Formats: sequence, C-alpha cells, structure tokens
Amino acid sequence: MNRFAELLDRLAYEPSRNNKLRLLVDYFRAESDPDRGYALAAMTGELKFSHAKPAVVRALIAERTDPVLFAMSYDYVGDLSETVALMWPREEQSHDSTPPAPGLGEIVETLHATRKIDLPRQLSLWLDALDESGRWALLKLITGALRIGVSARLAKTAIASMGEMPPNEVEEVWHGLRPPYLDLFAWVEGRSDRPQTSDPAPFRTPMLAHAIDEADFAGLDPGDFRAEWKWDGVRVQAVGGRDEHGTRVTRLYSRTGEDVSAAFPDMVEALSGTEFDNVTIDGELLVVRDGMVQPFAVLQQRLNRKTVSAKLIAEYPLHIRSYDILTENGEDLRPLPFDERRPRLEALIARYHGGSIDVSPLVAFDTWESLAAARANPAGTGAGLDAEAIEGVMLKRRDAIYVGGRPRGLWWKWKRDPFNVDAVLMYAQRGHGKRSSYYSDFTFGVWRDKDGEDELVPVGKAYFGFTDEELLRLDRWVRDHTVSRFGPVREVAAGKHAGLVLEIAFEGLNQSARHKSGVAMRFPRIARIRWDKPAHDADRLETLEKLLRG
Amino acid sequence: MAAQDVLTQTAAGLYCPEGDFFIDPVRACPRALITHGHADHARPGHGAVLATRETLAVMALRYGADFAPVRQAVAYGESLRMGDALVTLHPAGHVLGSAQILIEAKGTRVVVSGDYKRGHDPTCAPFEVLRCDAFISEATFGLPVFRHPDARREVARLLASCREFPDRAHLVGAYSLGKAQRLMALIHAAGWQRPIFIHGAMEKITDLYRAAGIALGEVRKVAGQDRGKLGGEIVICPPSATRDLWARGFPDPVVAFASGWMRIRARARQAGVQLPLVVSDHADWDELCATILDTECEEVWITHGAEDALVHWATERGLRARPLHLMGYGDEEADQVA
Repeated sequence: MNRFAELLDRLAYEPSRNNKLRLLVDYFRAESDPDRGYALAAMTGELKFSHAKPAVVRALIAERTDPVLFAMSYDYVGDLSETVALMWPREEQSHDSTPPAPGLGEIVETLHATRKIDLPRQLSLWLDALDESGRWALLKLITGALRIGVSARLAKTAIASMGEMPPNEVEEVWHGLRPPYLDLFAWVEGRSDRPQTSDPAPFRTPMLAHAIDEADFAGLDPGDFRAEWKWDGVRVQAVGGRDEHGTRVTRLYSRTGEDVSAAFPDMVEALSGTEFDNVTIDGELLVVRDGMVQPFAVLQQRLNRKTVSAKLIAEYPLHIRSYDILTENGEDLRPLPFDERRPRLEALIARYHGGSIDVSPLVAFDTWESLAAARANPAGTGAGLDAEAIEGVMLKRRDAIYVGGRPRGLWWKWKRDPFNVDAVLMYAQRGHGKRSSYYSDFTFGVWRDKDGEDELVPVGKAYFGFTDEELLRLDRWVRDHTVSRFGPVREVAAGKHAGLVLEIAFEGLNQSARHKSGVAMRFPRIARIRWDKPAHDADRLETLEKLLRG
Repeated sequence: MAAQDVLTQTAAGLYCPEGDFFIDPVRACPRALITHGHADHARPGHGAVLATRETLAVMALRYGADFAPVRQAVAYGESLRMGDALVTLHPAGHVLGSAQILIEAKGTRVVVSGDYKRGHDPTCAPFEVLRCDAFISEATFGLPVFRHPDARREVARLLASCREFPDRAHLVGAYSLGKAQRLMALIHAAGWQRPIFIHGAMEKITDLYRAAGIALGEVRKVAGQDRGKLGGEIVICPPSATRDLWARGFPDPVVAFASGWMRIRARARQAGVQLPLVVSDHADWDELCATILDTECEEVWITHGAEDALVHWATERGLRARPLHLMGYGDEEADQVA
C-alpha cells in the first residue's frame, strides 16, 4: 500500500503524459501480483466494495487525538483523510513487533471479508502499520474518495506497453477480465496466451472531439465536414449481443467504459425488446417528454441514483439520440468513413420500432458563417423546441474512420459561448483539496431591490477560473477585507463602494427554490477579476431573470 | 525575577532591560544579539551585533564586511556579562552558526530558541537542551499534522527518482542558507557519486560552509555548463529559480522542492512541483512538544508560526503558555512556496 500511495502521489504531481506512463510501467513491473492488479482495478474504476462512512474515520481519530488540535489541523489541511493520515499517532513499540505494512491486495481482499462492525478495528491496525502516504491512500480508498491522476485509458496503455502492443489490444479483451487481472499480466509479460473474451456485449473505446478555436477554422474546408447538434446529455454506448446460450444481452456503458445499465433499466428494457441485436451504438442519453428533449437539469434527476423508482422512470422518460454505429452483426464498422457508417446507422434505426431511440439529425451548412448562424440559433435552424438541450455543434470529417480516444483533426466540438455576468464577491471559504490553505471558494451575488434599497443576493459559487497568481491576490484581498467569520467562511466587505467585482461565466441558468435568489447557475467560473470595476456597477438580478425567461 | 521582566516585548522585538540588548530585532537597534543568519532574524543597521562567528560571516556576506560598527563573535558555551544579565549562546541545530540565547538574571533562566530543529543535520551543531524557567519557542510547524520524516528518507526518494528518470535533470528548490548545504551533505552521504550542480545565488554561502570545515562533497556551478547535458544530474537552486528563465534548457526537469510545507499535498500542488521533499530545518510538532518538556520550563512563549495549537497543548499540560505576536518574522521556507 505504501508503494501504491507513493505512485499515486507521483502521478498527481507529474503533468506529463509520457512521464506518467513511465511511472505506471515501472510500478507495474516492480510490483507483484495481486497488488498490481488491484492497483490497476483502482485506476480503471473496477474496484468495488462498500465504502466506509467518514464518520468511522472521525471516530477513530477522536479516540486518539485532542479534539481542539484536530479541529485546528483539519481547518488548516482541509481534507479529512489527509488530516487523519498526518495526525495518526506513531506506534511507540519496537520495530520487531510492528506488523508489516499491508499490501493493496491484502487490503482489498480483507475488506471484502470484513463485517462492518469489525471494520474500525481492522482499519486501525492497518493505519498503525502504514506510513503517512499509505494511511492517506487507504483512507481515501475505503471512503470511496480515491482520485487517481491518470485515466483508465492511460493505465491500460501502460499495461499494453509492457507487452509492446497497441493500447486497443488491451481494451478489446478488457471487459472479459476481472481484478486482479492475473491472466492479463501473464499475457503482456509473455507468460501465457491472449485471454479469451467471452463478453457478449463488450465496450469499445469511444471517439472524442477536440474543442475548436476560431483560429482552427482557417485550416479547415467546410466541404470536408458534417455537422450535428451537440446534445447536452450523457454520452453512452449501447451494446446488444447474445451470450453462449443465445440469450439477449443489452448493456449501456458510460464514456469511460463503466457499465451503467443498472441505473437506466427502462432504457435497457426498451432496447432489449427490439431489433437492437448484435450492434454497438454511440449516442447521447437524454430525457424526452412529449417528443421534446429536456435540458440537462432535468436529466440530472436520473443521474447518481441508488434506486430507480417507477415514478422516476415515468416522470423522466429516457431516450437515446444516436450518432454513430460501431458494429453490426459481427462486422466492425469502425474502419469505414463517417459517410459510410451514417447510412448504416440510419437504416438500423429505421428498422427499430421502439420509439426511444432515433438519429441525431445533420445540420446543413455550406460555409463556416452559415454554421455559425445555426449554432447561434438552433431553434430557428431545425432544432425547434429541442434547442434548449443543445450546447453547440459537432463537426465530423466525412472521411474519418472511428478511432477510439481523442485523435487530432477528425472530430471537433464547437460549444455555444458562455453567458457572462458581473457579480460582487460576498463570502470566501478555504478550499478543500487542491487549494486548501487558501481562500479559494468564492460566493458572489448581484444587486436586487429590497424595500427601495439595493442589496446583494448570492447567486452562485465559483472555485476556479483564476491563475495561481490571481489566487494569491484574491486570498490576500479576502484576508484584508474580512468583516466577519463563521467557521471556515469569511464574509468580506461587499457594499456599493467597497467590494470586489468578479466577471462570472456560466453555461446556463435553472430556476431553483433552494436558492434565495431563485436561480442556480450551471458550471459557473471566474472569467475575470475586475479589480477596476466599482461594485455598484455590477449586474442586477433582473438581468439573470430575463435570461431565465429566455 | 519574573520572566517577563527579564525579557519584554517591544515593537522592535524582544528586549532585555537588565542587559540593555535586543534579540533578532526587526528594526535598527543600538545593541542586538542575533540567533542565526536568515534575513528576517539578521537585519542590517544595528550599532553593535553579537552572534556566533558563522552568523557574523553570513551577515558580512549579505550586508558587507562593515555591516555594524561593533561586531563581536561569541563561541557556543561562552558566557558574557551584559549589565546585570549573563548571556550564553548554545547550538540550535537550525543552520550553521544558529544559536539559542540563554539569559540568566537575578536567578531566572530564560531561553530564546530562535529557529531550531532536533533532526539529523551533518552541517551544523546539534540542538542542546537547556533547562530553564521560561522557554521562547518558534512555532513555524506548530500543528500536529507537521511531522517531518527523516531527511535521509526523503533524499532516498530523490535518488530513486534520479534512477527512474536518468534522462531528466532533477532541479531541487532549497533555501540558499542551510537547506541547500544540508542537502548536498545528505545526498553525498547517501552514496551519490556524482557532483551536485548549484545555482549562482548559493555559491558564496556554500563556500562559507566549506571554509567552516563542513564536508559537502563535490559541488559545481551550473554557470558555464551546457544545461542540455545535465540530464540525470542533481541541480540545487533557490525555489523561485525553478520557475525562472534560468530553469529553461534543462532536459525535461523533475522539479523538486525541499520544505516542511511539502507535507501538505495542497501546498505541494500549489508550488507546482513534481517531487515534493519533506525536509525542514524547523522543529516539527513532535519536536516542538518534546523540546518544551525537555527544558522543564514552567512558562512557554510561542513566537512566529501557528501559535494557537502549541499554546493549547502547553496549557493542557499545566504550563503557563502565551503567544507572542511578534511581527516581522516570516519563514524562509514558506516565502518560497507561493
């Protein structure tokens, strides 16, 4: 576990992809089975066990430390697992009686077998035996908060490079494999044959787009491209197959290859009962009511649900708007150009009679100017009432084959410009995680009329959008302008003549009963800090309300 | 005599009326005792300066040979009568020449620790425990989350990275006085056979260490070298230099930073380094607590740093503890993080 923790730290601090790859390969080469296999599972999101509540961790540390010192430390560090890892008392006993530090494999396998009631004792034994980094990684792991600075894709690339093979080789066998992947390691190390994939409905790496800049258009010919709406939903891959008994298997995968079928049983059922057999479809999961695509905020009600009730299914009917086809009846269509895949997709969907899947229409254009016009006005360019769920346009080369990953120059996304508003900083809080010793969470407000007087009402919170230098300056500004403190929160001077104006960019607005202002922003971030602008010139709530009515 | 009569707090810093001198004053004073050579403690403009020979040499390097009209070198353990007070300097283990100041006046013993540490350091004399009535402690790392690992373990991590990335230069940001030389000694002691390359800003101070007889191993200047050929080498520089134009041209550098603040992940990320090394010349929490108990003092005053936690801890143990909100002392490590 200590070695795995050291790897996690190195990965988190190392920005370069190639150097991350080197760290991964070196780790996988040096670490033994089954620890390295569980590490791979942690990186690819395949490690499954029921997580401990942070309360378990809090109780353990409360038995061992002074509560005042713990509170001061937690306030400073800003992260529970890290605070506990650093404060955990050193064992005073001699080295001989200290148990050896547990490996990741031992931890994962023991967690599966440990009853909830025994967990605190087991955890404290491990914490005694591990070093600071090991404790931190263990606590993150068992509370389900372990973040790893690499994508599943990069981890698989590292595995592939151990056997000097292209990454897609590993991807193709991946879904038939289970942690701790002994057969996979044996294969890439040349000790055994390629593992058999018996998965009847395997995941295939989806193709991703690059964001386009104005400058990119100069080098692109509109005649080489097709355009589609960019739907503001959830990217999914729908796969239909048959197992060895001939039974239908239908699965939905997320963009990262996670099997999300259980969260959307209605969608899976709608596909299973139809022609949707022996195919792989790429598309967008949306909520469609009365033939109208709902904005993302509505779809959000269906996400991250532990249970899916009949009521939820009825109120938020799902739909897949498909835009690509990867396989059909055992044939791999990915080597075909877009213009040949597209009719195959249209033909497939035409045969399908379920009603909850259709094809994302092409947007006609002949110049970049006409596409820009369509992007600015989807409602008037064929999208009609669905326009609210459109966040831009996608550009796809007509001759592009389907390449897993994010290849250059084939697919582009051209998002709608964000909205902007000038708001006044009202409260600041120390960040949790990355920027924890700095005031880096900013609550901002806009002016509204209250009994003839102007007052600020909070409309959102932003955590990013500033550089490190700006963060230092913001942090200093907050400390110098604090008017009162509530725990970790500081209220700063915010009046007509004393206040800091932040230009906030955001993707959209929702009506919200939970917010005093009645509006909630989507994806707000600080676009600019207006050190120059007087607070009384900031925007008013009416401006936002107008946006809401659209 | 009560401790607060032996040592009083003034705008310029701690003042001893019995002996008519200031300790590490932040303003120009007629008579100053200096604990160590870091710039926030050893300031220019005083009339008379008393310090160890090494600290005077550092001040001469920084401010010129005639930085004060009167400069008096005091050896560790040597007692000086100043007015009605007896003053003795003892090693603080912080950097070369760093001293604690023991003041004895009318039967009361007060120790000003300056900055100190208890951990292994081959480049300076180790901290000496002094029994006293009142102990004045720093608290740079005065929270229980700060527990520095053995510096040798961190150096081993650096050398492991050099082995893993033999084609990349390893730029190690370290404070020029003390930390840099401690690293040189530790890296060579860990078996690194190659020279260590250093930034121009730390050449003179490194020469000063060597002149004092401290073994640092082979050290070369970066100036004049082809940076592109320093892949696989260890280069020590001031932390700010890792983001300067100066750092360009090194092959795909691994930027490391040696500081006690690197214990906190958010601070390490903030510093934008790839290899945070937890190496500090300040006492960590365990050392602060142990030292306060070791002195058997009845009263502890906590200066610069996180005073609150240490005051709370000491009070819980029945000690009279109070924070001294002394202004003007930073921490040479923290100044370099942001």
